Amino acid sequence: MGDGVQHWNEETLIRRIRDGERDLFYELIQPYERRVYATAFAILRNESDAEDAAQEAMLKAFKHIGQFRGDAKFSTWLIQITLNEARMRKRREHVHMMEPIVERQDEEGNYIPRDFADWREIPSETLERKEVREKLADALSSLGDKYREVFVLRDMHHLTIEETARALGISTASVKTRLLRARLMLRDLLSPGLDANWSSKLSFAKGTKPW
Amino acid sequence: MVIRCEEVWREISNYLEGEVDPALRASMEEHLRGCKHCTAVLDGTRNVIELYGDERMIEVPLGFSHRLHHRLADNMHGGRRSFLGWMVAAAAAVVTVGAVELASSVSSRSPEPRSEHAQPGVGVPPDMMVVVSEKGKTFHVPTCTFIHDRTALRTIAAREAMQEGYVPCIRCMKQYLKS
Repeated sequence: MGDGVQHWNEETLIRRIRDGERDLFYELIQPYERRVYATAFAILRNESDAEDAAQEAMLKAFKHIGQFRGDAKFSTWLIQITLNEARMRKRREHVHMMEPIVERQDEEGNYIPRDFADWREIPSETLERKEVREKLADALSSLGDKYREVFVLRDMHHLTIEETARALGISTASVKTRLLRARLMLRDLLSPGLDANWSSKLSFAKGTKPW
Repeated sequence: MVIRCEEVWREISNYLEGEVDPALRASMEEHLRGCKHCTAVLDGTRNVIELYGDERMIEVPLGFSHRLHHRLADNMHGGRRSFLGWMVAAAAAVVTVGAVELASSVSSRSPEPRSEHAQPGVGVPPDMMVVVSEKGKTFHVPTCTFIHDRTALRTIAAREAMQEGYVPCIRCMKQYLKS
């Protein structure tokens, strides 16, 4: 949480914003700006669309702050608004993306890992390299929407299983099933021993992993 | 209880979440000790979670926050009063309501900086409206996200803020600092 917010409890901030101290809204959203952008990006997969959707979501949150009920966390509510905004935009603009390579997977069936090569531990310093971050982002982009959304909320934004379910309007059981698949699919996509098919789709050349 | 690889894969995510019961956990761990394939799946999945969970994976475009705040400011006060209008109104309020108080405060308060590490501002427009907090040392634009104490904010002209010993915020008033 940002320095400016740590002394403030969100409930108090929200009440004061409702009472007319509008500028406190900046304080309220500051810890979530990155998360809102990343959520929009996870759906739209385009920087400028994601930025526009994130701005619109923040505006809607401000306009409808009076409707926020304290039964959910503000962050979950904000992410819900962002998801709705990004999905609506995607439908409206008929964003034609490359067909996700794993969209055809059946959620109910068991996912069978394709690769069993050993993974050595990848140091987090590897993420300093833009090339590595781009490869990871490409792999994430190739997942179907329902898997990507769950993965982004749970594993990148660290929402709990319950908060993820609430934000997406699905059951916790579905969150767990999709999360398992998303994680295993990403593992296969990024595995050091990629086979020819996967590597061609991700433009990873065999044996030239970024780590 | 002996379990098969398929069962390990099915539960691997729950295992990493710490959401399997102790009996299943023990069975999985026993299986993992003797199965290289499942160990590879577990290690790889753990790596995936750790890499993507790193803050560095969330990149926002340069200037995102600034543009967001700008758009919010336009809309927040746009309906009833523009952001500029709000600033002008705030200035007017200070001039009318605070005139007497200001006259006395300027003469009685020391212009010494409130912080011994303070850097005086350079080229600060004297009539620019800024906000200060009673216990703070710096003056800010109203939208600055680095205002630590919002308990008693006042909106005053930069000239008055400087007369009271406030110095420019190193974040939102960076352009008015020497270095």
